[in-house]
Amino acid sequence: MAGKTLFDKIWEKHVVTTIPDGPEVFYIDIQYIHEVTSPQAFDGLRKRGIPVFNTKQVVATPDHNVPTLEQHLPIKNELSRKQVDQLIKNCADFGIELYGLNHPYQGIVHVVGPELGITKPGMTMVCGDSHTSTHGAFGCIAFGIGTSEVEQVLATQCLLQNKPKRMRINIEGKLNKGVYSKDIILYLIAKLTAGGGTGYFIEFAGSAIRSLSMEARMTICNMSIEMGARGGLIAPDETTFNYVKGRKFAPQGADFDAAVTEWKKLYSDIDAQFDAEFTYEAADIAPMITYGTNPGMGVGISENVPSANAIEDIKERESFNKALEYMGFSSGDKLIGKPINYVFVGSCTNARIEDFRIVADVVRGRKKADNVKAYIVPGSKQVEKQIYDEGIDKVLEAAGFQIRQPGCSACLAMNDDKVPAGEYCVSTSNRNFEGRQGQGARTLLASPATAAATAINGYISDVRELI
Amino acid sequence: MEKFQSLISTAVPVSIENIDTDQIIPARFLKATTRDGFGENLFRDWRYNTDNTPKTDFILNDKRFSGKILVGGKNFGCGSSREHAAWAIHDYGFKVVVSSFFADIFKNNALNNSLLPITVSPEFLQKLFTAIESNPTTDIKVDLPEQYIQLVATGERESFEINAYKKECMINGYDNIDYLLSIEDKIKEYEKQR
Ligand code: SF4
Repeated sequence: MAGKTLFDKIWEKHVVTTIPDGPEVFYIDIQYIHEVTSPQAFDGLRKRGIPVFNTKQVVATPDHNVPTLEQHLPIKNELSRKQVDQLIKNCADFGIELYGLNHPYQGIVHVVGPELGITKPGMTMVCGDSHTSTHGAFGCIAFGIGTSEVEQVLATQCLLQNKPKRMRINIEGKLNKGVYSKDIILYLIAKLTAGGGTGYFIEFAGSAIRSLSMEARMTICNMSIEMGARGGLIAPDETTFNYVKGRKFAPQGADFDAAVTEWKKLYSDIDAQFDAEFTYEAADIAPMITYGTNPGMGVGISENVPSANAIEDIKERESFNKALEYMGFSSGDKLIGKPINYVFVGSCTNARIEDFRIVADVVRGRKKADNVKAYIVPGSKQVEKQIYDEGIDKVLEAAGFQIRQPGCSACLAMNDDKVPAGEYCVSTSNRNFEGRQGQGARTLLASPATAAATAINGYISDVRELI
Repeated sequence: MEKFQSLISTAVPVSIENIDTDQIIPARFLKATTRDGFGENLFRDWRYNTDNTPKTDFILNDKRFSGKILVGGKNFGCGSSREHAAWAIHDYGFKVVVSSFFADIFKNNALNNSLLPITVSPEFLQKLFTAIESNPTTDIKVDLPEQYIQLVATGERESFEINAYKKECMINGYDNIDYLLSIEDKIKEYEKQR
């Protein structure tokens, strides 16, 4: 018998029962919830007159809709305020732990879970948010669900799921200077396309992945969904155990050691079979940037906007041209040197402390260009505190950046943090869809280092020339 | 949940690839706390200019096209997990979405909301686009029990796949939570044993 993949091992442990000819009843260890995709689920519970199945396995925090300035004041936008208030009420009514605004643990759900040690190897986790895949960095099966499914998990701690296929992507060797995990994942999506992972759960492996910090691994798993995958995961190792150790909800002392013994069994067997497998060399990856309206439309920063002529399929070519038109680019345009007025460092992809350290290293002793308006938005209250504790705030402020308060912010522009129509924004977030950062806004995805270099120069820049 | 058996209807072709959920329903409309009324803002920024006047070149504003079937390009529904996308399409009046490729989460969300996602081959999708675009009154038949989709006039059809459990749920209007609650004991038993 062939060995098992890491994914299979975790999956099998969580199957409660299988419906003949149907999906499996899949047990969920932790559900994270936020204000936008949960109200209708709680409404459903009320209509049915049922409680939350296991209140201890649900954690809530508002993030999508919150302002990033003056969080101590009532939220000005009425609809946003209502939604956040509704979350407070739902958590109170149903007995769920809430890290509300101004709580020291508030932040973007996918930043908060790991830093509190709630996310641990071998778990199954869901959230009404596609970037739940982030938690896979710890060796978890974590994926986004819709609101009906949020209700299912609240009501029964289970979901009906069909087992996805398994893919493995290996990145071998050493990363070049100026290249970060964000560049790895943008490179992979450009190679495999925005739909290339659909139907799969992806394990990321190889020496380049092993060498990454937990923050960097989270960035990769976070964006596995942008290939269409249900999620991504990475086998836990010493880096993982060291990260989890000592965190608020991590097991302590002998319990921790016992847990590590179990976690060490979480890897894909040597003879495990994958439905698809790809291998890439880290050395081939340059700093990446996107030029279009899906995350697969990315190139190395010193390359030009590709030409539509190479695309054979008519519909595909039309979609490509539509994207360039939206972006105001033409085939063959040089990206480096394009003026940029907005820079956003934030989101569940790149708003952890390591990301701000990287930004600080690039901008130290420099000043941002006058034309640039920059949003620097920490992923959580804890990250925000670290920024101040480590003195990163001084470096950023000296460079002319303003540090805002935690939330999703300009990643999806549900609050006031919007990029105006027609303006370009180099963003560390995960989606460059039309209007994602505001109606008509044009988003270019890149690493925090590339975003920082762009802010300094006021045009798209190759960070390798600044470090 | 609403029951779904079969239907014959004209269709609206949106022949764009990678239609993401941010286009289907932009984030600024996600502030509601109920499921209703999202249809109004379906494809909002493709349908309306910033001054709220309709964009005449977008297909949903083209009076010639209407019906209960939405036909979309490859990789339909990619992006965010917002179920609001499925609610918006359903609320607008569509019962079926056809594409050659769906994003996983969207597909699940659609099935949970009586919106039938049908995956067809790229060739059949092209056939549908051509037929509808050249004649907006083209009738299309969708038969869930028999699992096929057909161009009524020519009889050309393709069968589609759907998980047997999901099919039963759609046909009978069953809901996953009712099922899960019915096996609550099993879930509790599982929890005890781990
Ligand atoms: S930061 Fe962006 S991608 Fe992440 S959870 Fe918030 S809105 Fe979603």
